[in-house]
Amino acid sequence: MRYLPLTDADRQSMLATIGVQDIGELFADIPQDVRLKELVDLPRRAGEMDVERQLGAMAARNTSASSVPFFVGCGAYKHHVPASVDHLIQRSEFLTAYTPYQPEVSQGTLQVLFEFQTQVAMLTGMEVANASMYDGSTACGEAVLMAQRLTRRTRAVLSGGLHPQYRNVVEMLADLTEFPLHALSADPAGDEDLIGAIDDETACVVVQSPDVFGRVRDLSAISAAAHEKGALLIAVVTEVVSLGALKPPGEMGADIVAAEGQSIGVGLNFGGPYVGLLATQRKFTRQMPGRVCGETVDANGKRGFVLTLSTREQHIRREKATSNICTNSGLCALAFTIHLSLLGEAGLMRLARINHANAVVLADALSGIKDVELVTPAFFNEFTIRVPGKGIDTVEALARKGVLGGVPAARLAPDQAGLDDLIIVAATEVNSADDRETYVKALQEVLS
Amino acid sequence: MSMNRGGRPTSAQGGGSSDSPTFTGNRALMIEEPLLFEVGDISKTGVDLDEPEAHDSRLGSLARSEIGLPGLTEPEVMRHYVRLSQKNFAIDAGIYPLGSCTMKHNPRLNEKMARLPGFGDIHPLQPQSSVQGALELIDTLAAWLLELTGMAGVAMSPKAGAHGEFCGMAAIKAAQLAKGDARSVVLVPESAHGTNPATAALLGYKVRDVPAREDGTVSPDAVKEALGPDVAAIMLTNPNTCGLFERDIVAIADAVHEAGAYFYCDGANFTAIVGKAKPGDLGVDCMHINLHKTFSTPHGGGGPGSGPVVFSDAIAPYAPVPYVVRNGEEFTLVETAGAAKGAKPFGRQTAFHGQMGMFVRALAYMMSHGCDGLRQASEDAVLNANYVRAGLRDVMTQPFGDRVCMHEVLFDDSFLKDTGVTTLDFAKAMIDEGFHPMTMYFPLVVHGAMLIEPTESESKASLDQFIAALRDLVRAAKGNDKERLTGAPHHAPWARLDETRAARQPVLRWSPEKPAEAAE
Repeated sequence: MRYLPLTDADRQSMLATIGVQDIGELFADIPQDVRLKELVDLPRRAGEMDVERQLGAMAARNTSASSVPFFVGCGAYKHHVPASVDHLIQRSEFLTAYTPYQPEVSQGTLQVLFEFQTQVAMLTGMEVANASMYDGSTACGEAVLMAQRLTRRTRAVLSGGLHPQYRNVVEMLADLTEFPLHALSADPAGDEDLIGAIDDETACVVVQSPDVFGRVRDLSAISAAAHEKGALLIAVVTEVVSLGALKPPGEMGADIVAAEGQSIGVGLNFGGPYVGLLATQRKFTRQMPGRVCGETVDANGKRGFVLTLSTREQHIRREKATSNICTNSGLCALAFTIHLSLLGEAGLMRLARINHANAVVLADALSGIKDVELVTPAFFNEFTIRVPGKGIDTVEALARKGVLGGVPAARLAPDQAGLDDLIIVAATEVNSADDRETYVKALQEVLS
Repeated sequence: MSMNRGGRPTSAQGGGSSDSPTFTGNRALMIEEPLLFEVGDISKTGVDLDEPEAHDSRLGSLARSEIGLPGLTEPEVMRHYVRLSQKNFAIDAGIYPLGSCTMKHNPRLNEKMARLPGFGDIHPLQPQSSVQGALELIDTLAAWLLELTGMAGVAMSPKAGAHGEFCGMAAIKAAQLAKGDARSVVLVPESAHGTNPATAALLGYKVRDVPAREDGTVSPDAVKEALGPDVAAIMLTNPNTCGLFERDIVAIADAVHEAGAYFYCDGANFTAIVGKAKPGDLGVDCMHINLHKTFSTPHGGGGPGSGPVVFSDAIAPYAPVPYVVRNGEEFTLVETAGAAKGAKPFGRQTAFHGQMGMFVRALAYMMSHGCDGLRQASEDAVLNANYVRAGLRDVMTQPFGDRVCMHEVLFDDSFLKDTGVTTLDFAKAMIDEGFHPMTMYFPLVVHGAMLIEPTESESKASLDQFIAALRDLVRAAKGNDKERLTGAPHHAPWARLDETRAARQPVLRWSPEKPAEAAE
């Protein structure tokens, strides 16, 4: 077997050194009656070519985003990732290293994490960030738990513009860890009364901008109202490229930012792995969940980095830890950091302008179609349209014409009223003028 | 900049004895690299983009004017990150024997497969009709996991081991609540990984310790004593963190079930028994599987992981959404609790469907090995660990006597008694010898623990060198050569780092106003 270096002769001589007759003796602690006598019922080993053929056949049954006019978003976005990013993250020293517990031989990973934390803090307009979370939705859930620890209150208020699957994650936590939750109804029209929902028992209010319908929101009034009641504002960002164009949550009074970083450096991957960003104010550092990298010096006075503040963490604190998290999303954080180093401020701001421009042009063209209405007047690179009939049927009909035209809002939240005729449409730098034209034509045909 | 102080080399490539300073502070192949923020420039970019099309902004008053992020051109980015990479130890560079972490070889075929556009470039919310092959892959991997574990159901979405623990314990809680049987305590042996008690606490349970007996395993009597009508579950790692198979596991499971509780098995060490025994035959109700350990998806410097959870019949109906249902050649993704027919999912743990990129890699690994190769891999992993044990048993000490271990071998620090050398020194001296240290000071129940997991990826020659080097370090510790250990590492690019300072005065980011040293 190509991955197993031992020869049969090695095995025999090693068994002799150990002092046993056969390999079975090394498994003697497994009770006889549950020890498997036969091979399990699965195919036998396969060579590289065979595996490539089988998996290649499965891959070929999927429509990849690059192969069609593609406008699907809602928390995961198709962006162009420079070739050098994927090359660098496949270097063995990054790819095949563990969590950097031995800093003397892990400064590569640690310095990257320090750079990542700084970039995330700058991008979100916050003071500090951790070394990444699993993804945006779990970062959102952890942010709520963090706010509960900080305020010693439990009630959470969720905006109706929060991504429904993020909302589901918080609902699950509320059910199982038993805290009061006030989740507002889905809010495509943008007229919810979030401030009215904040009371003296509220630990946090969770608001997404751009929200799941694409609407950009000013968070200043909400943060002021939350702070007045002693609550914290958690700002959620699912399209991090938007921070190249929009005022960051930190400038609008956010206490914690939970974001999905997939748009920078990480591909679509059918939903994972992604990279969650969690940023906050310096004074809240010790209640942050997850890994954190900090600067220090070595015994010779040379600058270096270590994982730090581990007294928050499960391997030291066990049941008193701030969270049960052990792993972060290291390799995706690396991809994020490299891609953002390549973009820099100049590149990111231009990328954001291109995204916005492509979305504006597309929104105007689509809303020019008879009976199609633009629901979200203020948006970044994603917007919502109302179509006659069901959004789900329209999206399926578009797919049959070779256009992946967006996400039917009802797919995410079938239990919510008023979403059936809505389609959430994303436009990014990958969409050409031809793609947009194809989309407009296809939608006209589908609706006529 | 790196300058030698104290008359010893600070560089791995320093040639051992040379301590002559260089102008740059570089040491041949080991090149100093400043922070991105110290070399980048906010006007620079390594990405060429066209002008945006003409448009009227829809951002209202929320437009942003500055960020402060530096950029680099592509050649500069390559150099920056290649130089940083060279400061990392990695499996591909040498033995990485971190106990309970399973640092086995990461086949590159798996990387290639995960990057096929049909897997890497598809969106989680595309119409299901356009991702049938992706759903088939998830269903196929699920079927492999169920066959290998002998369990009834599986949740694929957990993002890592601890996320899987939460999934399993949440399903147990939901199952008991559905029966109107709310319980408040979870039993956790003292040798457990810290995520176990942290997970139980997160779900509102009180944690009750279960002591280990003298041979390092848990006795059914100790479990029976701790059980009661308030106990929801036991969380038990098997093989355990001492590298031992819990030989009374079936009796423990029986006692747990008799008390109306459930058995959560931490599957972190599943690699030892793949193809040798099925957790379903051991009485397990839930077990997470670290795809990044047992099935070789890369650790990536700390993630991403992937932690699918398998369930017994009793718990399976409470598994979270989403999940894939197969109907002939057609696959459906059930995304909401409302759409789950005949099941009572406890909810959703994450947006989307789990770590697809890791699923592809894990399945490629499993298909490559097949049922025969997977069993051989487990046997080789156990053989290698016992070979290390046999090579060191006369010079190092084992807390539970010299007995057969599974895929990892545990030593304590008794052999260092009165030498003035600690477990930490011993581990750091391994760095100088070109090895990654073993897991140390874990499990907590053993004094000065050193947990060595060589994995099946090591050749006999590699193990022979490793054993010889550790024997020589023991000789040095007990002889007149202690400085080799107490000051180690001597040959790494950094000497020991001041972790206390990092925690007392946390500097968690570079700051533009002041030099980073004074940021806090």
